[in-house]
Amino acid sequence: MTNPSREKSWPLWEVFSQGKDGAPHEHAGSVHATDAEHALQNARDVYARRNEGVSLWVVPSAAITASTPEDMGPFFDPANDKAYRHPQFYKVPKGVKVF
Amino acid sequence: MNTPLFEALLRLGDDRLVLGHRTSEWCGHAPILEEDIALANIALDHIGQANLLLGYAGTVEGAGRDQDALAYFRDAVEYRNALLCELPKGDFGVTIVRHFLHGVFSVLQWEALSQSTDPTIAGIAAKALKESKYHVRHCGEWVIRLGDGTDESHARAQAAVDQLWPYTGELFMQPADEASLVSAGVSADVSALEGAWRAQVSDVLRRATLTAPEGVWMQRGGREGRHTEHLGHMLAEMQIVARSHPGAQW
Repeated sequence: MTNPSREKSWPLWEVFSQGKDGAPHEHAGSVHATDAEHALQNARDVYARRNEGVSLWVVPSAAITASTPEDMGPFFDPANDKAYRHPQFYKVPKGVKVF
Repeated sequence: MNTPLFEALLRLGDDRLVLGHRTSEWCGHAPILEEDIALANIALDHIGQANLLLGYAGTVEGAGRDQDALAYFRDAVEYRNALLCELPKGDFGVTIVRHFLHGVFSVLQWEALSQSTDPTIAGIAAKALKESKYHVRHCGEWVIRLGDGTDESHARAQAAVDQLWPYTGELFMQPADEASLVSAGVSADVSALEGAWRAQVSDVLRRATLTAPEGVWMQRGGREGRHTEHLGHMLAEMQIVARSHPGAQW
């Protein structure tokens, strides 16, 4: 852990907001905060004050491991020509509406 | 002669209007962007509550005054807010400690008033209760972090408690002219709220390693229109546009 008193600004937290019950939490943005409860409150004030959501998650930005632009080729390109990975050859029975 | 209900609504509304305006002075000046937004939200919540309460006060008075007339065209001696609300915003510690002390009082007051036999008061109280609960949560967490933070934040938070404490007693002084409203279930007896307030405040102060002064003289006067010199200056700024351009629209 870094010593907070030596840091010039507070740690960054990523905010995920759920628009309605059952919907996924989606990335809304980020806030600075001293700790988790503080981050939750700042997230509420910045990203939920206009009735945008019913649930919030906050995650320390430092805890997120992200792919980099250099990963583009090996990570994503090989999927381009593998149509068999998509379930598009199945026949969907009549009456199935949610797919 | 004002009716007791009109006076009671002014006490409720003026607390929120004055405290809301004081808090709005932070807009653009808070320590960080997120807190700037939080304080602006809190200020607007208070002004919104004042809007409803003073609007109803105007209706009750029946003299053709709406909330704007009551907010912008009354002088300091006609204001009925507690002195606690009008003190200058001070540093961030004073602002946060004051909101916490008044917020805990507000939550208890709204809880009681949400049971009011007056459906307008009960409705306003139910809406305001949710807002005040959040103010207490936000400011209470800050009190703990400031009090139990660095040497400087602790010293400033303790100074804020020491400065503001003598102004908390007035919140629980039950005005004599409200007795009939209390017995009719319209209004709530604020003196009955002090025990719960003290317990909740003490708990947070203890966690914040802060101490409340004991046996201090309690200031009073705001509920009777006897204010500190600070309210007049605040109202001058708050009211000048409305008084310079009466009826202006934008």
